[in-house]
Amino acid sequence: MMLISCPWCGPREEAEFHYGGQAHVSYPEDPSALSDEEWARFLFYRDNPKGPFAERWNHSASCRRWFNVIRDTVTYEILAVYPVGTPKPVIA
Amino acid sequence: MAGPGSDLPDHPDWLWRTPEPKRSYDVVIIGGGGHGLATAYYLAKNHGITNVAVLERGWLAGGNMARNTTIIRSNYLWDESAGIYEHALKLWEGLEEQLDYPILFSQRGVLNLAHSLQDVRDSVRRVEANRLNGVDAEWLDPQQVKEVCPIVNISPDVRYPVLGGTYQPRAGIAKHDYVAWAFARAADAMGVDLIQHCEVTGIDIVDGRAVGVRTTRGPIAAGKVAMCAAGHASVVAAMAGVDLPVQSHPLQALVSELLEPVHPTVVMSNAVHVYVSQAHKGELVMGAGIDSYNGYGQRGSFHIIERQMSAALELFPTFARAHVLRTWGGIVDVTPDASAIMGLTPVDELYVNCGWGTGGFKATPGVGWCYAHTIANGEPHPLNAPFSLERFTTGALVDEHGAAAVAH
Repeated sequence: MMLISCPWCGPREEAEFHYGGQAHVSYPEDPSALSDEEWARFLFYRDNPKGPFAERWNHSASCRRWFNVIRDTVTYEILAVYPVGTPKPVIA
Repeated sequence: MAGPGSDLPDHPDWLWRTPEPKRSYDVVIIGGGGHGLATAYYLAKNHGITNVAVLERGWLAGGNMARNTTIIRSNYLWDESAGIYEHALKLWEGLEEQLDYPILFSQRGVLNLAHSLQDVRDSVRRVEANRLNGVDAEWLDPQQVKEVCPIVNISPDVRYPVLGGTYQPRAGIAKHDYVAWAFARAADAMGVDLIQHCEVTGIDIVDGRAVGVRTTRGPIAAGKVAMCAAGHASVVAAMAGVDLPVQSHPLQALVSELLEPVHPTVVMSNAVHVYVSQAHKGELVMGAGIDSYNGYGQRGSFHIIERQMSAALELFPTFARAHVLRTWGGIVDVTPDASAIMGLTPVDELYVNCGWGTGGFKATPGVGWCYAHTIANGEPHPLNAPFSLERFTTGALVDEHGAAAVAH
């Protein structure tokens, strides 16, 4: 089980959180202008890297707020925690 | 005295060669799991294509083929799924004879339990759909569930009482390692090179056509390249610049210590989320749902195991004194509609088989049959045509999420 540091509540066990998948996926500005391929990419395609991955978590059992995490998908080590709406930190 | 496991064969001698990779093959298959081995076998057997290499970065069948819970069934809701899984089940029924090797295929049936009124409605609907597709299926009331599997708790005084279940008598389990060895041995005997400890590091593309792979053991030219990397599907496809709509997740399972035979069938429950059978040797084999997060670590989080055990204990109070012997995880590649992707890619002569998620083992011979056909002919077999990559653009999804069973 992972220990995840909620920016508001501090380190809590993973079972308190809900996973939100890839971060930084914004809704298309003009959905009706998209081709079928572009719409499919928005709807169904997400990055699936082996290594650092910017993803969303929600502290659903406590403050219920969303935040972003960079986590290594092999070691499961959390490399950064940062607020929604801020740029992805550069991981050395 | 004949105890549990006394009918098992001895550990076999080496069943295949360990060849050096040649510089070129007609077909290179990336991934030496069950699907890759079965594909190589049917390429040779059905299509006469024997100049084939199966490249495996670890050892044969050491990924999900060694980590699944060995359940085999075909009682899926949609026609497309029933088609390929029932084809696979029919192949399973003749596989031991076909491959001339014991695979301990045991058609002990699968019960899918219903715990709510909606479960009951969905299950009855699925039974009817299965029958229309020629898949054996029955709806059982709680008493009939108890008759099939006497250790199931059908008391109404539990959090999720058993309101009935679907039963597929032809379903069952097989010994996963033996299945892999059987396919490997038979493919090897027909001339297929099974090359272990050979990791693919690149896919060479010339003028939009795959022409070979780069590996930790040197470059290998290929007339056709067939990806079969399951949890690493995205990683391999990215080498060819192909994006796949899959996400890799940990999926955990566990076994108990060896017990006397107590569990005569396979029981699955989506609502409480556990599936249980008893292996030939005597250990209870249990699986759960995937861990929520993306992961390539072949391990998951412990609270998933805890929930799975509490679910199992509610269904099977008799397991209370059993001990967990071992837990493990595999990496499953999950698609948005919980159905596989098998067919062509935007790159000529590059083929994709992935997205089997939590349910790939049962499909092994069917995958091998259809993927070999796809590779040999350059176009999909009718049974895997619906599982194309394009369906995510056309919208023709095969939505098995929650339809057939969340757990595969």
